Amino acid sequence: MNTQKYHIVVGLEVHVQLLTRTKLFCGCGTVFGAAPNSQTCPVCLGLPGSLPVMNRRAFELGLRAALALNCSIARFTKWDRKNYYYPDLPKNYQISQYDLPLGSEGWLEINTSQGIKRIGIIRCHLEEDAGKMLHDERGTGRDSLVDLNRTGTPLLEIVSKPELSSPEEARLYLEEMRLLMRELGVSDCEMQEGSLRCDANVNIRIPQAEGGGVLATPIVEIKNLNSFRFLEQAVRYEAQRQYEQWQKDPGYLLGKVSKATAGWDEASGRTVFQRRKEEAADYRYFPDPDLIPVIVDDAWLERIRGELGELPSAMRKRLGTQYGLSEYDVGVLMSLGRQTVAYFEETARVCQDAKAAVNWITNQVQATLKDRGGDLAELPLSAQRLGELIAKQKELGLNKQTAQAVYDKMLHEDLEVAAAIEALQIRVVTDTNAVVELVRAAIAANPKAVADYKKGKTAAANVLKGAVMRQTKGSVRADVVEAVLKEELERG
Amino acid sequence: MSGQTLTLDEVRWIAHLARLELSEAELEMMTRQLGAIVEYVAQLQTLDTEGVEPLAHALPVSNVFRDDVPGEPLPVDQAVAAAPDRRVTPRGERFFAVPAVLE
Ligand SMILES: [Zn+2]
Repeated sequence: MNTQKYHIVVGLEVHVQLLTRTKLFCGCGTVFGAAPNSQTCPVCLGLPGSLPVMNRRAFELGLRAALALNCSIARFTKWDRKNYYYPDLPKNYQISQYDLPLGSEGWLEINTSQGIKRIGIIRCHLEEDAGKMLHDERGTGRDSLVDLNRTGTPLLEIVSKPELSSPEEARLYLEEMRLLMRELGVSDCEMQEGSLRCDANVNIRIPQAEGGGVLATPIVEIKNLNSFRFLEQAVRYEAQRQYEQWQKDPGYLLGKVSKATAGWDEASGRTVFQRRKEEAADYRYFPDPDLIPVIVDDAWLERIRGELGELPSAMRKRLGTQYGLSEYDVGVLMSLGRQTVAYFEETARVCQDAKAAVNWITNQVQATLKDRGGDLAELPLSAQRLGELIAKQKELGLNKQTAQAVYDKMLHEDLEVAAAIEALQIRVVTDTNAVVELVRAAIAANPKAVADYKKGKTAAANVLKGAVMRQTKGSVRADVVEAVLKEELERG
Repeated sequence: MSGQTLTLDEVRWIAHLARLELSEAELEMMTRQLGAIVEYVAQLQTLDTEGVEPLAHALPVSNVFRDDVPGEPLPVDQAVAAAPDRRVTPRGERFFAVPAVLE
């Protein structure tokens, strides 16, 4: 029996800014942070007599994303004008795709605690971004300022089906979307810079006592959620708020109360409702006569498909099965990007120990990159060398500190593992007779520990082991020392 | 028949969407004139278009693209020159200025 008071229903509308050098319909740059209004031209300012021309790269990035989202690709697309008035939209219409979106009916898989869940994608389409408004926050009624650099920047809008059923799932979906778009080179998805934006449509379904069916609350669209945490918090808050409102007002139901729009106030942790628009949106879409249609043939589509490479969902499964890694390790590796995964695969191939390779890469290598800045390509320690280090560590039974010292030496002096070990003068005792000698010397030098051990304090053996390890600077295998020590103590 | 194809309220709504302020007399005139246009176009609906593909564009061309290569943007002072109002900040940034927008 289900005791949940309500079930959450979420659909997400995600906007990603495409990684192009120029805007969707003109040659203006798309760099973030340029001086206000320095990246404009007659086309994106909407000046009379100018004509837009489609950016091929933007279209192909859109195709790439649509394919990766398992969408059906429209073989014939056109451009439509969405008409509305706002100061950040100089043409008074946005060029978008209305009835023939680039992709439709796809899906994205997310990895939930209950396993893999497939979330439907209704559509994805290309459109141009609007400009940026700067309002006078002090409420002095002063003019608002407009920066049109962003106007005309290419966006891909991706609309999910309302199939996300918890705040966590909503977050996982957005995280997976970001990973996919980054891996594909479709977008850098920098949330701070607005190149990944998300609106959440939220309502709840409330099961009724036997025979009463299920009630649903009206949909609330929470706009502009610019972090994973805020998305999760906002969905959780809004669902509970709707439940409480329904308890107070049983007429608060889908179909009776119209859809509302809200923002997320991070300071108070609440959804804040925007003044209800009196008018229903009436965008009067019509085909843009300035732009001609795009026809996608098989050859073009196959070429784009060929550029996709391995998709994150496939890579995730392969890393798990091929290397026997835990879901956690796979998740950490994947979150570090495709380059790190490749580095890992080479390291694992050389050392034949995938788990050790993951540990080294997620700990030492990441710490090094954080210290030095830059990425893996600039790291002087190749995957080959790291693999050799790991193999050597196992072969010689080097302890953690010694292996770390070798790693540092290899990194700073650009050395092979053998040269680094030699340079550090690490004496690796592989001869058991030599270990026996060392153990006997330690026993002779620590009569108190030996006496304790004989009284049954087996932990006293650690004192002896520590003495041996210190003396050899960790160059003997701890397991060998332990075995020899046990034998010697039992014998005496 | 004139005046039947469009109502006064529909024209009032269209004028609002286009941000046009029309007097009652103008509204009546527009209702009549727009109505005549709609009627004229409605004649097309009497044609049999069975099996005719919808036309997305009047020109028989498709797939015209440009390469993703930056061009020269307008100098900032020229970009904002035609605006009804502008603002230069103390840091020398130039903006379009519009009446205060709340929300
Ligand atoms: Zn431009």
